Amino acid sequence: MLRQITGRLIEAFAALLLMSLVIFLLSRVTGDPVALLLSDSATEADRQMLIEQLHLDQPMWRQYLSFVGNALQGDFGQSVNAGRQDALDLVMSRLPASISLAAVALAFTLVVGIAMGVVAAVTRGSWIDVLVRVIALLGQSVPSFWLGIVLIYIVSVKWGLLPTSGYGTWQHYILPALTLGTFTLAAVTRLVRASMLDALGSEYVKLARVKGVSEATVIFKHALSNSLIPVVTFMGAFFATMITGAVVVETVFAWPGIGRLAYESIVSRDFPVIQTVVLVITAMFILANFAVDMLYLAIDPRMRDAG
Amino acid sequence: MQKYSFYAAIGLLILFVLTALVGPYLIEHDPLRGSLRARLDPPFWIEGGSIEHILGTDRLGRDMLARLVQGARISLAVCVVVIGIAGSIGTAIGTFSGYVGGWVDRLLMRIVDLALSLPVILLALLIGAISGPSFANIVIVISLVLWSQYARMSRGEALRVKNEDYVALARTSGLGHGMIIFRHILPNIAPSLIVVATLQVGVVIVLEASLSFLGVGVPPPNPSWGSMVADGRGLVVTAWWISLFPGIAILLVVMAVNIVGDALTDRINPALRGRTA
Repeated sequence: MLRQITGRLIEAFAALLLMSLVIFLLSRVTGDPVALLLSDSATEADRQMLIEQLHLDQPMWRQYLSFVGNALQGDFGQSVNAGRQDALDLVMSRLPASISLAAVALAFTLVVGIAMGVVAAVTRGSWIDVLVRVIALLGQSVPSFWLGIVLIYIVSVKWGLLPTSGYGTWQHYILPALTLGTFTLAAVTRLVRASMLDALGSEYVKLARVKGVSEATVIFKHALSNSLIPVVTFMGAFFATMITGAVVVETVFAWPGIGRLAYESIVSRDFPVIQTVVLVITAMFILANFAVDMLYLAIDPRMRDAG
Repeated sequence: MQKYSFYAAIGLLILFVLTALVGPYLIEHDPLRGSLRARLDPPFWIEGGSIEHILGTDRLGRDMLARLVQGARISLAVCVVVIGIAGSIGTAIGTFSGYVGGWVDRLLMRIVDLALSLPVILLALLIGAISGPSFANIVIVISLVLWSQYARMSRGEALRVKNEDYVALARTSGLGHGMIIFRHILPNIAPSLIVVATLQVGVVIVLEASLSFLGVGVPPPNPSWGSMVADGRGLVVTAWWISLFPGIAILLVVMAVNIVGDALTDRINPALRGRTA
């Protein structure tokens, strides 16, 4: 088991290194890095300083080493926008808003998705089952940027029930979390429904019924607990969908998180911030996958010996 | 009910492909050129609209229907090219990896795992930010996201098939490795390949639309469905039709693809159920 954990750790580190290499190459090979990293109002002295700082007059491998070295010390350069904020500080200041939104969306997704999946499986073939499947199909197919705009128009503009955008009260969370969670909600629902159906048709459930265990115990204790394992397996993928979805959803709802920061920095061609956002999100991504792997090892003993 | 929704979905997809192929020739309006006198005209059933612009016009007076039809063409083109590239590269790598086995297989599968663990949408944004939006960029970026799924699937199938008796027989009878792969392994992979490709059509359409919505996809003035939604975003209160129609178009096509994909999954390869996102 220890070997697996170290293996996963090495993989995670390799992925992060690979991403840093990709970012480095993209910024150095395509076009002029000085033009990319400096603002339009930079003076000749700023230019010389940056060339020296990034070792642009030296070979590629040396440049990459200093890029990684600076990154490890938390130095990603400064935003080229007014204020010249430190890029890493800027990203970190936006992180809490993103994490709280993703947490709310994920919680909503898991609670509602598991409930809908279980109800659909138990009432298989009924109108409830059909309804749940239609909802799941819609959720899987609707583009989130469009859903966000439609929700803002109907719920906020027409009905005036919730704020159109922004951040602050709990009401601000509802529409963005709903939009961010829709795709994952559909995925969880489908997954739970399918694995519940498998479990309900299995030998151990039949045995439990023959023994006279009550229907509620059969559903919740025997079938459901086994149906949740695939949900855990897919948690990493769900989290990934949420992070990438955050760029779109935060932009639509003017949510002050790193997703919107990524979008804004791209629009204003603020390259130091772009590369920092991408690296920080990659790190979160990899960390989440690692955590899911560990969780999986913990709950499913069969995985411990297998490669 | 399952059957009807399947046929309805097939019908919708045929309509989508036909629209993309011949639609632009049937509409007299130019999707790229508007008339300043016809700016923000509503659809014909709303007061102020006319039959001239059935679905209304956008901020620059361009005909919505003409743009939607042109958008279908762009969506389809991106789908075909991306799935062609990602599918052939992914399948080639996966089949080779599974067939050869050993350390080559282990190395290639590590790379596939790595590719699956990167948030590639962000890479797409990065590439878009550096080199600007273009058709080639969007195709490369989406292919980068999707090839690994084909690689993983075809590797599994190749591993399974290569130990079958008929492959061993083919080899002892002197058939070369290339011939074995083409004659025996690829035909066995084909059905699962079709399932993955079908399910990916929806993914490609949504990815392309999202990137275009964010301004790093298909460059303006070309009407991608995603950039059309973005165009109308600031005008939802006064001119809701600009954002509404392209969104509905995406929803309908992706839903149809998902229905067909699910049906094919159940029929051809139930083991793939829920494995592709």
